Amino acid sequence: MLDHRCALWIFATSLATTIPHAMHLPLWLSALTASIITYAGWLWSRNQRLPGRWLLILLVGIACAGVLVEFRTLLGRDAGVAMLVLFMALKLLELRSQRDAMVLITLGYFLLLTHYFYSQSIPTGLWLITSMTLVTATLIRVHGGPASKPLPTLRYAGLLSLQAIPFMLVLYVLFPRISGPLWGLPQDAHRARSGLTEQMSPGIFSNLALSSEIAFRVRFDGAIPASDKLYWRGPVMEAFDGRTWRPYTGQSRLPIIQALSPPIRYESTIEANQQRWLLALDSPAPSLKEFAINGTLTVTTRQALNQRARFGLVSVTDYRFNIEEDAEVLRRNLNLPAKLNPRSRALAESWREKSTSPIATVNLALALFSTENFTYTLQPPLLGEHSIDQFLFESRRGFCEYYAAAFVVLMRAAGIPARVVGGYQGGERNPVDGFLVVRQSDAHAWAEVWLAGQGWVRVDPTSAVSPNRIEGGIASAMPASEPLPALLTIRSDWLRGIRYRWEAINNAWNQEVLGYNPERQRQLLSHLGLHDNNWQSLIALLAGLSITLLLAIAAWTLYHRPRLDSAQRLWHTALRRIARRQVNCAPWETPLALQRRIEAEKPELAISFAAVVDAYLASRYGASTKSLSDLRVAIAQLP
Amino acid sequence: MNLLASFKQRLFRWHSDGSATFRLTQRRIFILPTRAGIVFAITLAAMFTGAINYDLALGHALVFLLTGLGLIGMIHTFRNLFALWITPGRAKPVFAGELAYFPIELRNDRKIARLGLELQALDNPSIGTQIAPEERCEVAIPVLTTQRGWLTLPRVRLSTVYPLGLLYAWSYLQPDMRCLVYPKPISTPLPPEQSTAITGERYGDGGQEDFAGFRNRQPADSLRHVAWKASARDAGQRPLQIKQFAGGAEQELQLDWQLTPEAADSEIRLSILCGWVLAAAGAGICYGLRLPGQETLASRGDAHRSHCLETLALFSHEHTSHTNA
Repeated sequence: MLDHRCALWIFATSLATTIPHAMHLPLWLSALTASIITYAGWLWSRNQRLPGRWLLILLVGIACAGVLVEFRTLLGRDAGVAMLVLFMALKLLELRSQRDAMVLITLGYFLLLTHYFYSQSIPTGLWLITSMTLVTATLIRVHGGPASKPLPTLRYAGLLSLQAIPFMLVLYVLFPRISGPLWGLPQDAHRARSGLTEQMSPGIFSNLALSSEIAFRVRFDGAIPASDKLYWRGPVMEAFDGRTWRPYTGQSRLPIIQALSPPIRYESTIEANQQRWLLALDSPAPSLKEFAINGTLTVTTRQALNQRARFGLVSVTDYRFNIEEDAEVLRRNLNLPAKLNPRSRALAESWREKSTSPIATVNLALALFSTENFTYTLQPPLLGEHSIDQFLFESRRGFCEYYAAAFVVLMRAAGIPARVVGGYQGGERNPVDGFLVVRQSDAHAWAEVWLAGQGWVRVDPTSAVSPNRIEGGIASAMPASEPLPALLTIRSDWLRGIRYRWEAINNAWNQEVLGYNPERQRQLLSHLGLHDNNWQSLIALLAGLSITLLLAIAAWTLYHRPRLDSAQRLWHTALRRIARRQVNCAPWETPLALQRRIEAEKPELAISFAAVVDAYLASRYGASTKSLSDLRVAIAQLP
Repeated sequence: MNLLASFKQRLFRWHSDGSATFRLTQRRIFILPTRAGIVFAITLAAMFTGAINYDLALGHALVFLLTGLGLIGMIHTFRNLFALWITPGRAKPVFAGELAYFPIELRNDRKIARLGLELQALDNPSIGTQIAPEERCEVAIPVLTTQRGWLTLPRVRLSTVYPLGLLYAWSYLQPDMRCLVYPKPISTPLPPEQSTAITGERYGDGGQEDFAGFRNRQPADSLRHVAWKASARDAGQRPLQIKQFAGGAEQELQLDWQLTPEAADSEIRLSILCGWVLAAAGAGICYGLRLPGQETLASRGDAHRSHCLETLALFSHEHTSHTNA
């Protein structure tokens, strides 16, 4: 049976392990859990009988049905977490014996793991160490009984957690890592995140600009290129239906890139975005062989990025791309929906007649944006059917996607193959760790036109409207009245410094701790001289280190120096001295008894030992303080 | 010679005759996972699979931390028993059928509390205890008694699952302790007057005895003999009192083996004698005990009572058969 107060600990455990899940569980489920825990707590505080089996079966049935309706399964990740949370609460209604308590505690440890599905940040890590200590304290309390007082119990649990940390470190670094998943994951294994998508319609980018979430971080091997070169190339959109731009989905031949500048090497850590393209600096170099590069120069991976991942990439900032282009591709990039945007087409056709070359037409379009009264804003008005016409001739207010779309439509109408490129532009260097941080708010859309003899050439119409956007980032391009996230508009230096530091810590955490994957482990081990095939030595090293740690902690925990006063210590010295002469003091022997035994067994020792005994008794039980030195002298005179 | 002396000393130092204080060392302590520990390990394996499958870096860390916790738990469970000083005590005699309690003193000279200790003598009820830091405590290990005579303490298992309950550490103690078990008393009326050698008056129902003082009531005393006024003194804190009267020195009751039913089993006859001894002692009568081949002269008092009971407890069967033959 459990004692009454022990239940308090178990309630604390179940609360600590379930409450953080309220952040992502459906509201009804959190409410149900909370009311079950409250009911159990009420029964407990009133010392009332726990409900019978039928109520429990009914509640389990309701819970399963609810989860089934909500998640359409009982087994997926989110449904599984929901079931665990509910079982944790329901088990409290069945808390009778120590065994029930053990079930709850084991469930608590398991629930701690499920928090990592949703966040693996530093605060989550710290919170979980705290709650793990609480769960362990409950475990100690359950087995220590009422004699286990709250504060010592918590302190003991803290000590145990602290002593377990060295094992965690050794195992984390050396335990052979397997890259998952071991089997197919359920559909909901990865949470959808906001980020660049493969489609572009008005308003998409201005929404992204409201997010200061980090999209990816880049570490350059050399210096960071100038900010007007920092175009991070994502999906290329060629098909336009009057409102939305989409990539061409058919086959295309491999791109031909001709590098005009030295290659730039860098490592990019991309946050999970559920997409298959990597955001390479425009343009990926021809030497980049590890990844597939599609016909529109987008670097792709085989699997969607469901996890934060690190890639080593090479790019060239000056290049020629497909000087020879398929007629099919060029035709595709001249397509415009018929009957839409007549005014824009008319304007473009008038340019085509009066300009001498395609470049002149491009310049005419850019001049339109820079000379006419166009505004770069996050809050453009809604557009109707002829969206491009409306934007170019009426509202003249828009974010990058408006300018890119309008520009491409004008170019296509003027007979120049053009398309929209999505991606990110710019980034902010964190002075603390030297990483370039690219946020969702840096999402950008620009255009690409194909010119005979030059291939595809990047044209950024936004730079014509707002050159600051390219030079100094979005915060400098927007007036203060725009609703940019507070993080981006911080002007105060020290606040900015704190932000840089915090992000650098997070980056280090992501890179070194969370990013410690099988590949990193292999690198580290080969630094240590252990290679792939050498797993025996790895296991030997792991076992050796663990055993050493275990022995060290055991010695530290079990070692005990008896507290002796100086007279006793000296007495023990004397005993060690006579032990050399084959006289050992039995545990129950008093000094005087020992002295008598020595007189009988070793008369040659008797006199000098009698002096020791006298001095020892005098110093321990006498009033004199001087006798300690007498004792020392007497011991020194022992043979 | 010198070597032999050294060896003897070593033996002298290490030898424990089972009655002296000894210290639990690593050689005597064993450790194994409990059922909860195995469930914990299986849970960890499941968590590890989850961490691999969903590629949770911190999930790995948590599993490794909990693995470390399990390993550390081993040391701490072990520590809960390690270096405990154990001093066997002296068990008080009991009657057969009662629980004999073997007192053992446990001393903790460390600055840690040792909680959740359990002592159990082979197949007997277990008893839990705990010791505060740098404290000692006395535990009485219960053992069921069935037979009269000397009961040696069976092997005692001192065990603990504290602090985590995932591991079970135990040690076998074999202190040389024994407990005297008296025969199970059967209460029958004291032998009839005519067949005893009693002279003068019995229990204080006559007139000429002098009041000699009070003594504590024993279970065999009837409630009618309780001196209620005397018992009520000291706010009722003292045990119930019985008035004692000093009768004539020649008042004696012989409790004789021959007076017990001959047809009965010798153990039953001993039990009847035991019941008589208790009744006589309770009534404050001067009594003697006569068994085949041995006789205890009549007397009074606790020492006499203990002596008589001990005689009954240790009475050996050969005498019986011999006499009967």
